[in-house]
Amino acid sequence: MAPILEVEGLQKRYASGHEALSGVDLTIEKGEILALLGPNGAGKTTLISIICGLVTPSGGQVRVDGHDIRHDYRKARALIGLVPQEIALEPFETVWNLVRFSRGLFGKPRDDAHLEAVLRSLSLWDKRDAKVHELSGGMKRRVLIAKALAHEPKILFLDEPTAGVDVELRRGMWEVVEGLRARGVTIILTTHYIEEAEEIADRVAVINRGQILLVEEKARLMARMGRKELRIELQHRIDALPDRFAAQGLELIHDGNAILYHYDTRGERTGIASLLAELAEEGIVLRDIVTRQSSLEEIFVGLVTEDAA
Amino acid sequence: MNLTAIFAIYRMEMLRFARTILQSFIAPVLSTSLYFVVFGTAIGSRIDQVEGVSYGAFIVPGLIMLSIMTQGISNASFAIYFPKFIGTVYEILSAPVSFLEITIGYVGAAATKSLFIGAVILATAHLFVDIQITHPLAMVAFMGLTCLSFALFGFIIGIWARNFEQLQLIPLLVVTPLVFLGGAFYSVSMLPPAWQTVTLFNPVVYLISGFRWSFFGLADVPVGLSLLAIAGFTLLCLGIIWWIFRTGYRLRD
Ligand SMILES: Nc1ncnc2c1ncn2[C@@H]1O[C@H](COP(=O)(O)OP(=O)(O)O)[C@@H](O)[C@H]1O
Ligand SMILES: [Mg+2]
Repeated sequence: MAPILEVEGLQKRYASGHEALSGVDLTIEKGEILALLGPNGAGKTTLISIICGLVTPSGGQVRVDGHDIRHDYRKARALIGLVPQEIALEPFETVWNLVRFSRGLFGKPRDDAHLEAVLRSLSLWDKRDAKVHELSGGMKRRVLIAKALAHEPKILFLDEPTAGVDVELRRGMWEVVEGLRARGVTIILTTHYIEEAEEIADRVAVINRGQILLVEEKARLMARMGRKELRIELQHRIDALPDRFAAQGLELIHDGNAILYHYDTRGERTGIASLLAELAEEGIVLRDIVTRQSSLEEIFVGLVTEDAA
Repeated sequence: MNLTAIFAIYRMEMLRFARTILQSFIAPVLSTSLYFVVFGTAIGSRIDQVEGVSYGAFIVPGLIMLSIMTQGISNASFAIYFPKFIGTVYEILSAPVSFLEITIGYVGAAATKSLFIGAVILATAHLFVDIQITHPLAMVAFMGLTCLSFALFGFIIGIWARNFEQLQLIPLLVVTPLVFLGGAFYSVSMLPPAWQTVTLFNPVVYLISGFRWSFFGLADVPVGLSLLAIAGFTLLCLGIIWWIFRTGYRLRD
């Protein structure tokens, strides 16, 4: 199947001279949820803005369902819905007028039933006649989503959709996202909250300082990059680790009551079996063993600090 | 041509206009009445007639022009400046619409508003003085073209402006003086010869002259020249807008 979005060698140097993107390549398949993960200033918004036509690239190419975003901008943009990072809405318009406007602006014929369904799915139907300035922050963000969905896009960009949004609303938002995915809509969301990516993404792309550091399926990423930690609790406290263990990177913790061992799930052998045997040889008696896998957050922090080094 | 999009923009702008319709209606009625009280009565009682037309009637075309030019500029400049200011312009820029469609939507709405105001002024003036319109078709054409070209001009200002001061600057410093000195309230022939020559460098003179001709058959400059001037101005504005959208000037980083 042809990818729905192809980004090749995308570059952006702002008028200020700042290089926000330095050669970004990214391919996105139809119907997936991709989380674009990166710290503030990484270039996430710039990347999205170029794809959506808000910012002119300095170099590189973008194709949306095969349509070049510059030469074939009508076809490319008609497929895209954008929920911007900042809330920007006309304060004195009603919700209904705004979503109707959005649909018309994208050249779609009037379809009140569709707009109603969109508003209902976002719990905004009761607010359809309310003016924007009467709405809460969370509602305004949902209005932005409703506007982006008004023209039935095939790709939805959500730029930090949950910034400043409470937990309940966030859950509601993920339900909407799941529903869209079920209908085959491709979703790209940016975030610097790892939990968000961990919760709903199929794939994760990590971006830092204008470069994509990696793109991988979330599960594979966690398995590949995940470091595991083994905590061995001891029956009797010891004063020091026998010398032979120091080289293996073991750590004595909890005032000598436990030993910490880090290992890589990527390795052929984890070395756990031999370690346990060696501990027994030294006469160290175990009380309990606990393992823990690192979260996406730790992976992410690891990648970004590696990149900065 | 994405007609649906053009209509969506036009409709949204007209909805905003409709919300302030009372204000849009009362303001020109009031200002026209004031002009008649001050100019028509106070000054008119001394001037009496200009080239065979009563002074009260003589100033009507100028009054209409003054309003539709300033209104056209302020409506169109605000229409595009406001989305830039509050950030909603992102949606326009991300939509599958061409520069021409965006321009037609916004400028069309702004021009419609000016036309409405021009009509209100004409009707109000009619309550004060007798007005004959010798060339009604030409009158409508001049009025329509002026509304359109000044809305285009305002659209450019709205894109160019980075803040509210800049938004007000050109109308205040350039347009209002040009209109007042452009023969809105007098005939160029009433000026000393040296000033008549200077005046001919004011583009607004051509517009007002042509418009007045459509009412009374009197013109300071040939009508053909007036038409040429307004057509030229319209084309110039269109050219600048085309360039703006091609380069993304002040719209796309
Ligand atoms: N309009 C602009 N002009 C100059 N620099 C900009 C502009 N927009 C963003 N930048 C810079 O580009 C970098 C990337 O910004 P952005 O794409 O907004 O990052 P993110 O969305 O990942 O936080 C930042 O260093 C930011 O300061
Ligand atoms: Mg951002």
